[in-house]
Amino acid sequence: MKKTYGDLHLYPNLNNLEQASRLIEKASQLGYGAVAVPTPKNVDVQAPGLRKVCRDFEVDFVSRVDLRPRSPDELLRDLRKCRRRFEIIAVLCDSKPVARQAAKDRRVDLLNFPQIDYRRRFFDSAEAELASQALACLEIDAARLLTLEGADRIRLLSSLRREVATATDFHVPVVVSSGVSDAALVRKPMEIAALSSLFGLTGKLAMDAVSVNPSAIVTRNREKLSSKFVAPGIKLVREGKDC
Amino acid sequence: MKNVRRRYLALHVDSAEPFSSSELMNAVWNAVMKLYGEYGASQTGLSLISYEPQERFAVVRVGHRAVEMVRASLASITSIASKPAAVHVLRVSGTIKALRKKTRL
Repeated sequence: MKKTYGDLHLYPNLNNLEQASRLIEKASQLGYGAVAVPTPKNVDVQAPGLRKVCRDFEVDFVSRVDLRPRSPDELLRDLRKCRRRFEIIAVLCDSKPVARQAAKDRRVDLLNFPQIDYRRRFFDSAEAELASQALACLEIDAARLLTLEGADRIRLLSSLRREVATATDFHVPVVVSSGVSDAALVRKPMEIAALSSLFGLTGKLAMDAVSVNPSAIVTRNREKLSSKFVAPGIKLVREGKDC
Repeated sequence: MKNVRRRYLALHVDSAEPFSSSELMNAVWNAVMKLYGEYGASQTGLSLISYEPQERFAVVRVGHRAVEMVRASLASITSIASKPAAVHVLRVSGTIKALRKKTRL
C-alpha cells in the first residue's frame, strides 16, 4: 500500500487565502496527501475556503487548533470546548504545569514546545512517561532548522536530539511537521526525514514521523468524531429493524 | 579492488532566478559544510555531473553512504547567491543511464 505523507503544521496567514493556497499547492506538488492548517478556536472549523483549496489540489484537509493555555484549568476548559470540533488538537506548552496536564490528557494529540526558548522546552523523562500513557505525540517543527544558523541551530539540534532520545526511550511517537508560512520553505517528506537524522531520528522512525504517525492521529480522531463512534472499541456497524 | 559505490541524484532548483553551476555548487558545499563540517564534507564524494540552467535541473554524484547527508544538506538550502531558492531531490539512482530514464530527460 502506498504511504500517505502528512504535514500537520502548515502555518499560513488565514486572512490571506492566496498565500494559503500557494502553500497548499506546494505541499501537494511535493507529495503530501494530507495537510493541517491551525485555525483559531473561535472560527468556523469547516474553514470552507481552505477546504476548497485543498480539494482543488487533491490534498486531504485536516482541521487543527493550537491551544496556548496559561494554566492547566484553562487547558481543560479549552479541551472541553474544542475536542469534538477539531480533528487535531495541539498544545503549545509555555509552562511546566500546562505541559504536564497536556501530556496526561488523552484528548491532546500533539505536544509542541517553544522552538528557541530552550528553558521552556519541558519534554523530559517525566513528561515522556505521562505522554506514553496517554495518546500525545511530540511535534517538532522543521522550519527553525531551515531558518536558524550557527550557534542557534547547534543549540536547537542539541535540545531536539535529547528530546527525541527521551521520546524513543518511552515509546512516544514523534511527528515532524514543517511549521512554515512561506511556500519556499516547504520540503518533501523524504527531505524532512533526512533533516530528522540531524537530531537522531533515523531510518524507519524518521519516515514514520512524516507518514505513519500523522496518519494514525488523523484516522483515530476521525473515527472518534464520526457519528458511528460509541466508545473506544465500540462502534455502530448497522442500525435498523433487522438488527 | 572493491568498486566504489556511487549514487546519482537528480535535482530540481526551485527559484525564480537563474543560477550558474558554480553558484549552485557553492550553495551545496556550504550547506554540507555547515551541517557536517569539513570532515563530513570530505566523506560525501560530491561532484556536479551536469546542470541545465534553463530546465533548473542538475545531476550530482555522491558516495552511496552519503546520500542521506547530502539530502539533508540540500533540504537546508534556502538561498543560492543570496537569492531565495530551494533544491529538491527528484530521483536517486545507481547509474546515470537509469537516472535519466527515471526522470525522462
